[in-house]
Amino acid sequence: MKYIYYPGCSLEESAIEYDGATRALMAELGEELIDIEDWNCCGATAAEPMSELLSFVLPARNIALAEKIKNAGDILVPCSACYLNLKKVMVERDKDENLSHNIDEALAVDDLKIKGTRRVRHLLDVLAHDIGAARIAQGVMNPLKGLKIAPYYGCQCLRPYGGFDDPEEPVTMTGLIEACGADVFPWDSSAVCCGASGMNTKREVSGKLVQKILMDARGADAIVTVCPMCQMNLEGFQKSVARGTSEDLSITVLYLPQLLGLAMGLSEEAVMLHKNLAVADTFLEVL
Amino acid sequence: MITTTHIKELLSTCMQCGTCTASCPNAFAMDMPPRKLWRLVLMDRTEDIFNSNTFALCSTCYFCTLRCPRGLPLTRAMSLLKEQAFKAKTPGYKKGTAFYGSFMESVRRHGRVRETEFMTLYFMAMKNPLLPLEFTGIGLKLMKKNKVAIQLPSRADGSNLDRLFQKVREIEDRA
Repeated sequence: MKYIYYPGCSLEESAIEYDGATRALMAELGEELIDIEDWNCCGATAAEPMSELLSFVLPARNIALAEKIKNAGDILVPCSACYLNLKKVMVERDKDENLSHNIDEALAVDDLKIKGTRRVRHLLDVLAHDIGAARIAQGVMNPLKGLKIAPYYGCQCLRPYGGFDDPEEPVTMTGLIEACGADVFPWDSSAVCCGASGMNTKREVSGKLVQKILMDARGADAIVTVCPMCQMNLEGFQKSVARGTSEDLSITVLYLPQLLGLAMGLSEEAVMLHKNLAVADTFLEVL
Repeated sequence: MITTTHIKELLSTCMQCGTCTASCPNAFAMDMPPRKLWRLVLMDRTEDIFNSNTFALCSTCYFCTLRCPRGLPLTRAMSLLKEQAFKAKTPGYKKGTAFYGSFMESVRRHGRVRETEFMTLYFMAMKNPLLPLEFTGIGLKLMKKNKVAIQLPSRADGSNLDRLFQKVREIEDRA
Protein backbone atom coordinates (compact mmCIF):
# COMPACT_ATOMS: atom_id res chain seq x y z
CA MET A 1 0.00 0.00 0.00
CA LYS A 2 1.08 3.57 -0.64
CA TYR A 3 1.03 5.55 2.58
CA ILE A 4 0.54 9.27 2.82
CA TYR A 5 3.34 10.42 5.09
CA TYR A 6 2.88 13.09 7.77
CA PRO A 7 6.24 13.61 9.53
CA GLY A 8 5.38 16.57 11.81
CA CYS A 9 7.72 19.34 12.93
CA SER A 10 9.99 17.42 15.33
CA LEU A 11 10.97 15.04 12.56
CA GLU A 12 12.45 17.96 10.62
CA GLU A 13 14.70 19.08 13.49
CA SER A 14 15.36 17.43 16.85
CA ALA A 15 13.97 14.05 15.76
CA ILE A 16 15.44 14.02 12.26
CA GLU A 17 16.76 10.49 12.82
CA TYR A 18 13.20 9.26 13.39
CA ASP A 19 12.30 10.61 9.95
CA GLY A 20 15.45 9.22 8.32
CA ALA A 21 15.06 5.79 9.89
CA THR A 22 11.34 5.57 9.06
CA ARG A 23 11.93 6.45 5.41
CA ALA A 24 14.91 4.08 5.14
CA LEU A 25 13.05 1.18 6.77
CA MET A 26 9.91 1.63 4.67
CA ALA A 27 12.03 1.82 1.50
CA GLU A 28 13.82 -1.38 2.53
CA LEU A 29 10.41 -3.01 3.02
CA GLY A 30 9.31 -1.84 -0.42
CA GLU A 31 6.58 0.46 0.93
CA GLU A 32 6.04 3.78 -0.78
CA LEU A 33 5.59 7.00 1.21
CA ILE A 34 3.93 10.00 -0.41
CA ASP A 35 4.69 13.35 1.19
CA ILE A 36 1.94 15.88 1.86
CA GLU A 37 2.98 19.17 0.29
CA ASP A 38 2.51 22.24 2.44
CA TRP A 39 1.67 20.31 5.60
CA ASN A 40 1.52 22.32 8.81
CA CYS A 41 2.12 21.76 12.52
CA CYS A 42 -0.54 19.55 14.15
CA GLY A 43 -0.64 21.83 17.20
CA ALA A 44 1.33 19.34 19.32
CA THR A 45 0.26 19.67 22.96
CA ALA A 46 0.51 23.47 22.65
CA ALA A 47 -2.61 24.36 20.66
CA GLU A 48 -5.15 22.75 22.99
CA PRO A 49 -4.30 24.82 26.08
CA MET A 50 -4.58 27.97 23.93
CA SER A 51 -7.68 27.21 21.92
CA GLU A 52 -9.57 23.95 21.71
CA LEU A 53 -10.89 24.79 18.25
CA LEU A 54 -7.40 25.56 16.95
CA SER A 55 -6.27 22.14 18.26
CA PHE A 56 -8.79 20.60 15.86
CA VAL A 57 -8.33 22.93 12.91
CA LEU A 58 -4.53 22.57 12.63
CA PRO A 59 -4.48 18.76 12.27
CA ALA A 60 -7.69 18.92 10.21
CA ARG A 61 -5.91 21.01 7.58
CA ASN A 62 -3.37 18.21 7.12
CA ILE A 63 -6.07 15.57 6.81
CA ALA A 64 -7.84 17.65 4.17
CA LEU A 65 -4.57 18.02 2.24
CA ALA A 66 -3.96 14.27 2.53
CA GLU A 67 -7.42 13.49 1.17
CA LYS A 68 -6.59 15.39 -2.02
CA ILE A 69 -3.78 12.95 -2.85
CA LYS A 70 -5.06 10.40 -5.32
CA ASN A 71 -4.29 6.67 -5.43
CA ALA A 72 -3.03 6.42 -1.89
CA GLY A 73 -4.03 4.74 1.34
CA ASP A 74 -3.79 5.57 5.00
CA ILE A 75 -2.06 8.55 6.59
CA LEU A 76 1.09 7.28 8.30
CA VAL A 77 2.24 9.25 11.36
CA PRO A 78 5.41 8.36 13.31
CA CYS A 79 5.02 10.98 16.09
CA SER A 80 2.57 9.99 18.82
CA ALA A 81 1.43 13.56 19.54
CA CYS A 82 0.76 14.24 15.85
CA TYR A 83 -0.96 10.86 15.57
CA LEU A 84 -3.32 11.61 18.45
CA ASN A 85 -4.12 15.09 17.14
CA LEU A 86 -4.98 13.83 13.67
CA LYS A 87 -6.92 10.86 15.05
CA LYS A 88 -8.78 13.12 17.48
CA VAL A 89 -10.17 15.11 14.55
CA MET A 90 -11.50 11.98 12.86
CA VAL A 91 -13.10 10.61 16.06
CA GLU A 92 -14.56 13.80 17.53
CA ARG A 93 -15.97 15.38 14.38
CA ASP A 94 -18.17 12.32 13.96
CA LYS A 95 -19.57 12.79 17.46
CA ASP A 96 -20.08 16.54 17.42
CA GLU A 97 -21.90 18.24 14.58
CA ASN A 98 -21.14 21.73 15.81
CA LEU A 99 -17.42 20.95 15.95
CA SER A 100 -17.51 19.43 12.48
CA HIS A 101 -19.22 22.57 11.19
CA ASN A 102 -16.65 24.86 12.84
CA ILE A 103 -13.75 22.85 11.40
CA ASP A 104 -15.30 23.10 7.92
CA GLU A 105 -15.84 26.83 8.28
CA ALA A 106 -12.23 27.43 9.34
CA LEU A 107 -10.73 25.22 6.62
CA ALA A 108 -12.81 27.02 4.00
CA VAL A 109 -10.34 29.97 4.22
CA ASP A 110 -7.86 27.63 2.51
CA ASP A 111 -10.52 26.11 0.23
CA LEU A 112 -10.19 22.80 2.06
CA LYS A 113 -12.72 20.35 3.45
CA ILE A 114 -12.52 17.01 5.25
CA LYS A 115 -14.52 14.16 3.79
CA GLY A 116 -13.36 11.50 6.22
CA THR A 117 -12.02 9.13 3.58
CA ARG A 118 -8.59 8.44 5.06
CA ARG A 119 -7.56 6.49 8.12
CA VAL A 120 -4.93 7.90 10.47
CA ARG A 121 -2.35 5.26 11.44
CA HIS A 122 0.59 5.32 13.83
CA LEU A 123 3.88 3.95 12.50
CA LEU A 124 3.84 1.28 15.23
CA ASP A 125 0.39 0.09 14.11
CA VAL A 126 1.55 -0.10 10.48
CA LEU A 127 4.76 -1.95 11.35
CA ALA A 128 3.00 -4.42 13.66
CA HIS A 129 -0.15 -5.05 11.63
CA ASP A 130 0.38 -4.15 7.96
CA ILE A 131 4.01 -5.23 7.68
CA GLY A 132 4.02 -7.71 10.55
CA ALA A 133 6.78 -9.38 12.53
CA ALA A 134 7.11 -12.24 10.01
CA ARG A 135 8.14 -9.92 7.19
CA ILE A 136 10.62 -8.14 9.44
CA ALA A 137 12.06 -11.51 10.51
CA GLN A 138 12.47 -12.55 6.87
CA GLY A 139 14.55 -9.45 6.21
CA VAL A 140 16.84 -9.72 9.24
CA MET A 141 20.49 -9.90 8.14
CA ASN A 142 22.05 -8.91 11.43
CA PRO A 143 20.21 -10.64 14.30
CA LEU A 144 20.52 -8.64 17.52
CA LYS A 145 21.14 -11.79 19.56
CA GLY A 146 21.40 -11.37 23.29
CA LEU A 147 20.26 -7.75 23.38
CA LYS A 148 17.59 -6.97 25.97
CA ILE A 149 15.30 -4.28 24.59
CA ALA A 150 12.82 -2.36 26.77
CA PRO A 151 9.81 -1.34 24.66
CA TYR A 152 8.56 2.12 25.62
CA TYR A 153 5.18 3.12 24.18
CA GLY A 154 4.45 6.23 26.25
CA CYS A 155 0.94 7.65 26.19
CA GLN A 156 -0.41 9.27 23.10
CA CYS A 157 -0.13 6.40 20.64
CA LEU A 158 -2.24 4.33 23.07
CA ARG A 159 -4.62 6.65 24.88
CA PRO A 160 -7.34 7.73 25.08
CA TYR A 161 -8.70 5.97 21.99
CA GLY A 162 -6.77 2.70 22.01
CA GLY A 163 -7.51 0.96 18.76
CA PHE A 164 -4.44 -0.93 17.71
CA ASP A 165 -3.06 -2.03 21.07
CA ASP A 166 -4.06 -2.42 24.70
CA PRO A 167 -4.03 1.08 26.20
CA GLU A 168 -2.67 -0.12 29.55
CA GLU A 169 -0.57 -3.16 28.70
CA PRO A 170 0.58 -2.72 25.12
CA VAL A 171 2.22 -5.62 23.30
CA THR A 172 2.59 -4.61 19.64
CA MET A 173 6.35 -4.08 19.93
CA THR A 174 6.98 -7.56 21.36
CA GLY A 175 6.80 -9.45 18.07
CA LEU A 176 8.80 -6.79 16.23
CA ILE A 177 11.63 -6.83 18.77
CA GLU A 178 11.72 -10.62 18.81
CA ALA A 179 11.77 -10.63 15.01
CA CYS A 180 15.09 -8.77 15.26
CA GLY A 181 16.53 -11.65 17.27
CA ALA A 182 16.55 -9.56 20.44
CA ASP A 183 14.83 -10.27 23.75
CA VAL A 184 12.07 -8.13 25.21
CA PHE A 185 13.12 -6.73 28.59
CA PRO A 186 10.21 -7.27 31.00
CA TRP A 187 9.38 -4.07 32.87
CA ASP A 188 6.44 -2.09 34.24
CA SER A 189 7.15 1.29 32.65
CA SER A 190 6.29 0.61 29.04
CA ALA A 191 3.07 2.67 29.01
CA VAL A 192 3.69 5.28 31.72
CA CYS A 193 4.11 9.01 31.10
CA CYS A 194 7.54 10.57 30.38
CA GLY A 195 6.41 13.99 31.59
CA ALA A 196 6.02 15.32 28.04
CA SER A 197 6.67 19.06 27.70
CA GLY A 198 6.87 19.32 31.48
CA MET A 199 10.60 18.61 31.07
CA ASN A 200 10.76 22.18 29.77
CA THR A 201 8.42 24.00 32.11
CA LYS A 202 8.23 21.81 35.24
CA ARG A 203 11.41 19.81 35.24
CA GLU A 204 11.40 19.29 39.03
CA VAL A 205 8.18 17.28 38.54
CA SER A 206 8.64 15.64 35.13
CA GLY A 207 12.25 14.77 35.95
CA LYS A 208 10.91 12.41 38.61
CA LEU A 209 8.86 10.57 35.99
CA VAL A 210 11.89 10.24 33.69
CA GLN A 211 14.02 9.13 36.63
CA LYS A 212 11.56 6.38 37.53
CA ILE A 213 11.46 5.09 33.94
CA LEU A 214 15.26 5.03 33.67
CA MET A 215 15.55 3.31 37.07
CA ASP A 216 13.11 0.67 35.84
CA ALA A 217 15.12 0.16 32.66
CA ARG A 218 18.31 -0.79 34.53
CA GLY A 219 19.35 -4.19 33.22
CA ALA A 220 18.14 -3.55 29.68
CA ASP A 221 20.59 -2.85 26.84
CA ALA A 222 18.39 -0.22 25.23
CA ILE A 223 15.01 1.47 25.38
CA VAL A 224 13.06 1.67 22.14
CA THR A 225 10.61 4.54 21.58
CA VAL A 226 7.95 5.56 19.05
CA CYS A 227 7.63 9.27 19.87
CA PRO A 228 10.07 12.20 19.57
CA MET A 229 8.98 13.71 22.88
CA CYS A 230 9.48 10.45 24.80
CA GLN A 231 12.81 9.92 23.02
CA MET A 232 14.11 13.38 23.94
CA ASN A 233 13.03 13.10 27.57
CA LEU A 234 14.57 9.66 28.01
CA GLU A 235 17.84 10.31 26.15
CA GLY A 236 18.53 13.98 26.87
CA PHE A 237 18.50 14.24 30.67
CA GLN A 238 20.04 10.98 31.88
CA LYS A 239 22.85 12.59 33.90
CA SER A 240 20.71 15.26 35.52
CA VAL A 241 17.91 12.91 36.59
CA ALA A 242 20.45 10.45 38.00
CA ARG A 243 21.51 13.08 40.55
CA GLY A 244 20.21 12.15 43.95
CA THR A 245 20.12 8.47 43.11
CA SER A 246 23.32 6.53 43.56
CA GLU A 247 22.75 4.93 40.18
CA ASP A 248 24.20 5.28 36.72
CA LEU A 249 21.10 5.80 34.62
CA SER A 250 22.80 6.06 31.24
CA ILE A 251 21.25 3.76 28.68
CA THR A 252 20.95 3.61 24.89
CA VAL A 253 17.65 5.04 23.63
CA LEU A 254 16.66 4.62 20.01
CA TYR A 255 13.61 4.74 17.79
CA LEU A 256 11.86 1.51 16.82
CA PRO A 257 12.57 1.88 13.05
CA GLN A 258 16.25 2.37 13.90
CA LEU A 259 16.31 -0.95 15.76
CA LEU A 260 14.41 -2.78 13.01
CA GLY A 261 16.54 -1.16 10.30
CA LEU A 262 19.81 -2.15 11.98
CA ALA A 263 18.61 -5.74 12.32
CA MET A 264 17.61 -5.74 8.65
CA GLY A 265 21.13 -4.79 7.66
CA LEU A 266 20.73 -1.03 7.19
CA SER A 267 23.85 0.89 8.16
CA GLU A 268 24.14 3.09 11.24
CA GLU A 269 24.32 6.04 8.83
CA ALA A 270 21.16 4.96 7.03
CA VAL A 271 19.16 4.92 10.27
CA MET A 272 21.02 8.07 11.41
CA LEU A 273 22.20 6.55 14.68
CA HIS A 274 24.85 9.29 14.93
CA LYS A 275 22.05 11.78 15.66
CA ASN A 276 20.88 10.04 18.84
CA LEU A 277 21.87 11.63 22.14
CA ALA A 278 22.38 8.41 24.11
CA VAL A 279 24.00 5.44 22.42
CA ALA A 280 26.41 3.42 24.58
CA ASP A 281 29.70 2.16 23.12
CA THR A 282 28.77 -1.31 24.33
CA PHE A 283 25.61 -1.13 22.21
CA LEU A 284 27.61 -0.14 19.13
CA GLU A 285 30.01 -3.04 19.71
CA VAL A 286 27.13 -5.53 19.62
CA LEU A 287 26.11 -4.14 16.24
CA MET B 1 -13.72 36.85 31.59
CA ILE B 2 -12.75 33.55 33.12
CA THR B 3 -15.47 30.91 33.13
CA THR B 4 -15.75 27.23 33.94
CA THR B 5 -19.44 26.74 33.14
CA HIS B 6 -18.75 24.76 29.97
CA ILE B 7 -16.35 22.50 31.90
CA LYS B 8 -18.85 22.00 34.68
CA GLU B 9 -21.33 20.65 32.12
CA LEU B 10 -18.80 18.04 31.00
CA LEU B 11 -18.23 16.86 34.57
CA SER B 12 -21.75 16.87 35.92
CA THR B 13 -21.85 13.14 36.60
CA CYS B 14 -18.55 13.01 38.52
CA MET B 15 -19.12 10.82 41.59
CA GLN B 16 -15.84 11.72 43.33
CA CYS B 17 -14.45 8.19 43.23
CA GLY B 18 -10.84 9.37 42.88
CA THR B 19 -9.81 6.98 40.11
CA CYS B 20 -8.38 10.05 38.32
CA THR B 21 -6.17 10.92 41.28
CA ALA B 22 -5.00 7.36 41.68
CA SER B 23 -4.12 7.22 37.97
CA CYS B 24 -2.37 10.57 37.70
CA PRO B 25 1.45 10.38 37.38
CA ASN B 26 1.79 14.02 38.50
CA ALA B 27 -0.60 13.94 41.49
CA PHE B 28 2.37 13.78 43.87
CA ALA B 29 3.33 17.35 42.93
CA MET B 30 -0.17 18.85 42.78
CA ASP B 31 -1.39 21.11 45.60
CA MET B 32 -4.80 19.45 45.30
CA PRO B 33 -5.66 16.08 43.78
CA PRO B 34 -7.62 15.99 40.47
CA ARG B 35 -10.67 14.58 42.23
CA LYS B 36 -10.86 17.67 44.44
CA LEU B 37 -10.33 19.96 41.45
CA TRP B 38 -13.40 18.48 39.73
CA ARG B 39 -15.42 19.06 42.89
CA LEU B 40 -14.38 22.73 42.85
CA VAL B 41 -15.40 23.01 39.19
CA LEU B 42 -18.83 21.60 40.07
CA MET B 43 -19.10 24.15 42.89
CA ASP B 44 -18.04 27.11 40.68
CA ARG B 45 -15.08 27.88 42.94
CA THR B 46 -13.24 29.68 40.16
CA GLU B 47 -10.71 31.50 42.32
CA ASP B 48 -9.59 28.33 44.11
CA ILE B 49 -9.34 26.45 40.81
CA PHE B 50 -7.01 28.96 39.20
CA ASN B 51 -4.95 29.48 42.35
CA SER B 52 -4.13 25.78 42.26
CA ASN B 53 -1.24 24.32 40.27
CA THR B 54 -3.18 21.12 39.56
CA PHE B 55 -4.40 21.75 36.00
CA ALA B 56 -1.03 23.16 34.94
CA LEU B 57 0.66 19.92 35.96
CA CYS B 58 -1.44 17.72 33.68
CA SER B 59 0.93 16.13 31.16
CA THR B 60 -1.92 14.74 29.01
CA CYS B 61 -1.15 11.04 29.54
CA TYR B 62 -4.91 10.25 29.33
CA PHE B 63 -4.85 7.61 32.08
CA CYS B 64 -7.66 9.38 33.97
CA THR B 65 -9.77 9.68 30.81
CA LEU B 66 -9.19 6.03 30.00
CA ARG B 67 -10.08 4.80 33.48
CA CYS B 68 -12.86 7.16 34.61
CA PRO B 69 -15.80 4.86 35.40
CA ARG B 70 -18.19 7.61 34.27
CA GLY B 71 -16.35 7.99 30.97
CA LEU B 72 -15.72 11.71 31.57
CA PRO B 73 -13.29 13.60 29.30
CA LEU B 74 -11.00 14.57 32.18
CA THR B 75 -7.84 15.29 30.16
CA ARG B 76 -9.92 17.55 27.95
CA ALA B 77 -11.27 19.29 31.05
CA MET B 78 -7.68 19.92 32.22
CA SER B 79 -6.88 21.45 28.83
CA LEU B 80 -10.03 23.60 28.93
CA LEU B 81 -8.88 24.94 32.31
CA LYS B 82 -5.46 25.70 30.77
CA GLU B 83 -7.26 27.49 27.93
CA GLN B 84 -9.17 29.67 30.40
CA ALA B 85 -5.98 30.46 32.33
CA PHE B 86 -4.22 31.24 29.05
CA LYS B 87 -6.93 33.60 27.83
CA ALA B 88 -7.24 35.35 31.20
CA LYS B 89 -3.44 35.56 31.56
CA THR B 90 -3.70 34.11 35.09
CA PRO B 91 -0.45 35.02 36.91
CA GLY B 92 0.07 31.51 38.31
CA TYR B 93 0.00 30.09 34.77
CA LYS B 94 2.55 32.53 33.32
CA LYS B 95 5.05 29.82 32.34
CA GLY B 96 2.45 27.73 30.52
CA THR B 97 1.07 30.78 28.72
CA ALA B 98 4.55 31.85 27.61
CA PHE B 99 5.58 28.34 26.58
CA TYR B 100 2.51 27.33 24.60
CA GLY B 101 2.04 30.89 23.29
CA SER B 102 5.62 31.01 21.94
CA PHE B 103 5.24 27.60 20.33
CA MET B 104 2.05 28.62 18.56
CA GLU B 105 3.47 32.00 17.55
CA SER B 106 6.22 30.19 15.63
CA VAL B 107 3.57 27.96 14.03
CA ARG B 108 1.47 31.01 13.07
CA ARG B 109 4.48 32.65 11.41
CA HIS B 110 5.79 29.68 9.44
CA GLY B 111 3.12 26.96 9.44
CA ARG B 112 5.51 24.69 11.32
CA VAL B 113 7.28 25.20 14.62
CA ARG B 114 10.94 26.19 14.43
CA GLU B 115 12.38 24.81 17.61
CA THR B 116 15.05 27.44 18.31
CA GLU B 117 12.78 30.32 17.37
CA PHE B 118 10.11 28.95 19.69
CA MET B 119 12.56 28.65 22.59
CA THR B 120 13.94 32.17 21.95
CA LEU B 121 10.40 33.59 21.98
CA TYR B 122 9.76 31.68 25.21
CA PHE B 123 12.87 33.12 26.89
CA MET B 124 11.87 36.62 25.72
CA ALA B 125 8.32 36.21 27.05
CA MET B 126 9.56 34.98 30.44
CA LYS B 127 12.03 37.88 30.81
CA ASN B 128 14.16 35.77 33.15
CA PRO B 129 17.86 35.94 32.22
CA LEU B 130 18.57 32.77 34.19
CA LEU B 131 15.96 30.65 32.42
CA PRO B 132 18.07 29.82 29.32
CA LEU B 133 20.68 28.31 31.66
CA GLU B 134 18.25 25.49 32.44
CA PHE B 135 18.47 24.53 28.78
CA THR B 136 22.23 24.75 28.21
CA GLY B 137 22.70 21.02 28.77
CA ILE B 138 20.11 19.80 26.29
CA GLY B 139 20.77 22.74 23.92
CA LEU B 140 24.48 21.94 23.65
CA LYS B 141 23.74 18.26 23.08
CA LEU B 142 21.36 19.13 20.22
CA MET B 143 23.80 21.64 18.72
CA LYS B 144 26.66 19.18 18.88
CA LYS B 145 24.52 16.79 16.86
CA ASN B 146 23.73 19.55 14.38
CA LYS B 147 20.03 19.16 15.10
CA VAL B 148 19.34 22.75 16.03
CA ALA B 149 21.11 25.94 15.11
CA ILE B 150 20.95 29.36 16.71
CA GLN B 151 18.25 31.11 14.76
CA LEU B 152 16.75 34.49 15.53
CA PRO B 153 12.97 34.82 15.36
CA SER B 154 11.89 35.87 11.90
CA ARG B 155 8.75 37.43 10.48
CA ALA B 156 5.84 35.48 9.10
CA ASP B 157 6.59 33.95 5.71
CA GLY B 158 4.54 32.59 2.81
CA SER B 159 3.60 29.47 4.79
CA ASN B 160 2.08 31.46 7.63
CA LEU B 161 -1.29 30.44 9.04
CA ASP B 162 -2.53 33.96 9.79
CA ARG B 163 -5.88 33.59 8.05
CA LEU B 164 -6.57 30.24 9.69
CA PHE B 165 -5.69 31.57 13.17
CA GLN B 166 -7.87 34.64 12.61
CA LYS B 167 -10.79 32.56 11.42
CA VAL B 168 -10.56 30.30 14.48
CA ARG B 169 -10.63 33.35 16.74
CA GLU B 170 -13.61 34.77 14.85
CA ILE B 171 -15.57 31.52 15.31
CA GLU B 172 -14.65 31.37 18.99
CA ASP B 173 -15.66 34.97 19.64
CA ARG B 174 -19.02 34.35 18.01
CA ALA B 175 -19.82 31.40 20.28
